[in-house]
Amino acid sequence: MPTNILMPALSPTMEEGNLAKWLVKEGDTVSSGDVIAEIETDKATMEVEAVDEGTIARIVVPAGSEAVKVNAVIAILAAEGEDVAAAASGGPAGAEAMPQVAEAPKEAVSQDAGSSAAGGGAPAPTHVPAQVKVADDPDIPAGTEMVSMTVREALNSAMAEEMRRDEDVLIMGEEVAEYQGAYKITQGLLEEFGARRVIDTPITEHGFAGIGVGAAMAGLKPIVEFMTFNFAMQAIDQIINSAAKTLYMSGGQMGAPMVFRGPNGAAARVAAQHSQCYAAWYSHIPGLKVVQPYTAADAKGLLKAAIRDPNPVIFLENEILYGQSFEVPKIEDFVLPIGKARIHRSGGDATIVSFGIGMTYAIKAADRLAEAGISCEVIDLRTIRPMDLDTVIASVRKTGRLVTVEEGFPQSSVGDHIASQVMQRAFDYLDAPVVTICGKDVPMPYAANLEKLALPTVDEVVEAVKAVSYA
Amino acid sequence: MAARPAKSSKPPRLKQTPTTKDAPTKMVAPRPEKFNKEQELAAYREMLLIRRFEEKAGQLYGMGFIGGFCHLYIGQEAVVVGMQMAMIEGDQVITGYRDHGHMLACGMSPDGVMAELTGRRGGLSKGKGGSMHMFSKEKNFYGGHGIVGAQVSLGTGLGFANQYRDNGNVSLTYFGDGASNQGQVYESFNMASLWKLPVIYIIENNRYAMGTAVSRASAQTDFAQRGASFNIPGMQVDGMDVRAVKAAADLAADYCRSGQGPIILEMQTYRYRGHSMSDPAKYRSKDEVQKMRAEHDPIEQVKLRLIEGKHASEDDLKAIDKEIRDIVAKSADYAQNDPEPDPSELYTDILR
Repeated sequence: MPTNILMPALSPTMEEGNLAKWLVKEGDTVSSGDVIAEIETDKATMEVEAVDEGTIARIVVPAGSEAVKVNAVIAILAAEGEDVAAAASGGPAGAEAMPQVAEAPKEAVSQDAGSSAAGGGAPAPTHVPAQVKVADDPDIPAGTEMVSMTVREALNSAMAEEMRRDEDVLIMGEEVAEYQGAYKITQGLLEEFGARRVIDTPITEHGFAGIGVGAAMAGLKPIVEFMTFNFAMQAIDQIINSAAKTLYMSGGQMGAPMVFRGPNGAAARVAAQHSQCYAAWYSHIPGLKVVQPYTAADAKGLLKAAIRDPNPVIFLENEILYGQSFEVPKIEDFVLPIGKARIHRSGGDATIVSFGIGMTYAIKAADRLAEAGISCEVIDLRTIRPMDLDTVIASVRKTGRLVTVEEGFPQSSVGDHIASQVMQRAFDYLDAPVVTICGKDVPMPYAANLEKLALPTVDEVVEAVKAVSYA
Repeated sequence: MAARPAKSSKPPRLKQTPTTKDAPTKMVAPRPEKFNKEQELAAYREMLLIRRFEEKAGQLYGMGFIGGFCHLYIGQEAVVVGMQMAMIEGDQVITGYRDHGHMLACGMSPDGVMAELTGRRGGLSKGKGGSMHMFSKEKNFYGGHGIVGAQVSLGTGLGFANQYRDNGNVSLTYFGDGASNQGQVYESFNMASLWKLPVIYIIENNRYAMGTAVSRASAQTDFAQRGASFNIPGMQVDGMDVRAVKAAADLAADYCRSGQGPIILEMQTYRYRGHSMSDPAKYRSKDEVQKMRAEHDPIEQVKLRLIEGKHASEDDLKAIDKEIRDIVAKSADYAQNDPEPDPSELYTDILR
């Protein structure tokens, strides 16, 4: 059967083009790879190569033709042994057989995007990440012994326990082994687990992050420590384009079961390049989980969960919190669910939502507000993605007032996302606009007084709660 | 005011300190291996499958069945086919976006690759990856990566996993002359050499990084020497001769498996087509392309040896041609008729 030679699409956007020139004439024999014509597209003049072998039986679209539609028959090719004259007179074989590429059904797109909580015919909320199933917190049995532990000790013991449990878990990063960790989080791990599993890297974040992702794709469970998340900017392509997206791009065949961890956000007097919160950045990315604990118990239980999680987890710590002590339940194998917020204290008048070091402002503010007779419910998100909005919304339904607190920059902040979701899902329950307390919209200054001004303050949180309470 | 140095037409002379006590990192490629009949025929079939598959993919792109970017491997077939001939079970392959040939050489199904190109549910990534992002856990193919150079760090990580598990496998990490200038390549070289990771870095030098000739983009165009600062040996290999590739691959695999660390193979090759489907390739002359096709075509070289060595008759080869064309036609047919992914797939495979 003769073969139709079709007008090819030569770019992702081309719909038609000009047939500038034929380089063959009727009766010529061609083999695959021969250039047979030149076509002008909107971008360039391109050569068309023959795919099949045979004789040009007829040129259907003459040279110089303009606006020839993609897939129009431009010539007819008779295969070896076929009657060229018959092929030429027969008209395009199976003409008008335009390929049918079905359009993706549009209505299905938002089907899983959460349910409308506000009722009253409110539109379905948008921009909701795909739903993730989250387990409940384990019950801590009454009478469980609590031990005081710093966040540093909690993180260290979480890694040590998981490395004892699973031979595939390893840690790599700058100064994690012989130096014992720039912030001593990996202290003692080299001694216990050896240089095979506790690996000092050169100062090459992009490279070792990529090596970590590759090792994870091969089935290992690396913990990649960044000395601070500021330096992870060097590696952000590997975190997002390789670690977060591979599971989806491979149709579920392989992903990156690993943890990227290290201190995040402002420390003290280290200025703009070393003082930035990346919670909102990473929370933007489907395919990542993002955790930022406040207490030592959460640090321990969530880091253990992150190491066991089959997905890439961004685990954001805070240098200032490393040395703070908290009560940690003395339970063997204490693992907490990722994606579950914790009600730090109950209250009925206003809701304050925060995470990580932001909790220090929220708690102090709640103490002062209690003295003033305003009872605040303080929610520690613990996980930024997947975000436990149900807990936040349940609280807002009770209090009708919401203030968020974080150290990150204000535009597109975590608080912005919470405010938007609460507006879409619980608008009718709000008695006042949501207030988001963030770091100021400036690079972190060095001078002590300016640095203080750039961060949120307890006063700001107190004032915000009073404002939404019309108190 | 500080005195400016006098202008001179001559560059300042630096004292040269010879550093010959270190082992030279530039190696000479082994002579092309002599293939027996079975090897010649296997190479012929594999390369022909890639060529015919890619020609068909180009055609389907022209018909609008394949969208987005589509980078064809035509001309470079001997590289991946020769490399695969030296591999053992468990060795991993990873490459950039010009990946269709690598997948076919790894034994991934032509139907699955083609259906992924057309974005259908039977595609290797269920239609969610496309031309540049395909994977096969079963065949140890780790992608398929669209960010130039990213696969080099990832492939080094695969080598890291091999060493961690002491499994005797090597990671075949492919990238191009263009990717060779990315920073993370050298970060990876440093760690691979420092830790003696079993990684074969295969630089497919097809002379053009998109439209930029190597001499316009690279200060050192001898890519075999790109590991010199890290004590990684390298050699330049005739990437158009599948026997030369196989011989170099054997040497490199032995080197890696014996625990000596990474090695670089610069494959001197050529792509006949443009960088992608929308590239008119005006940055090179037609004569250059034509000369390469006429004098160095990897498939024609094998074909000639098969005929001259009386390993196969013209009819035998025609029968192979027909068989390959049928496989490719079947894959195209499957890829055009397989349904698009179910809309519910939008929300799957984001997290495990």
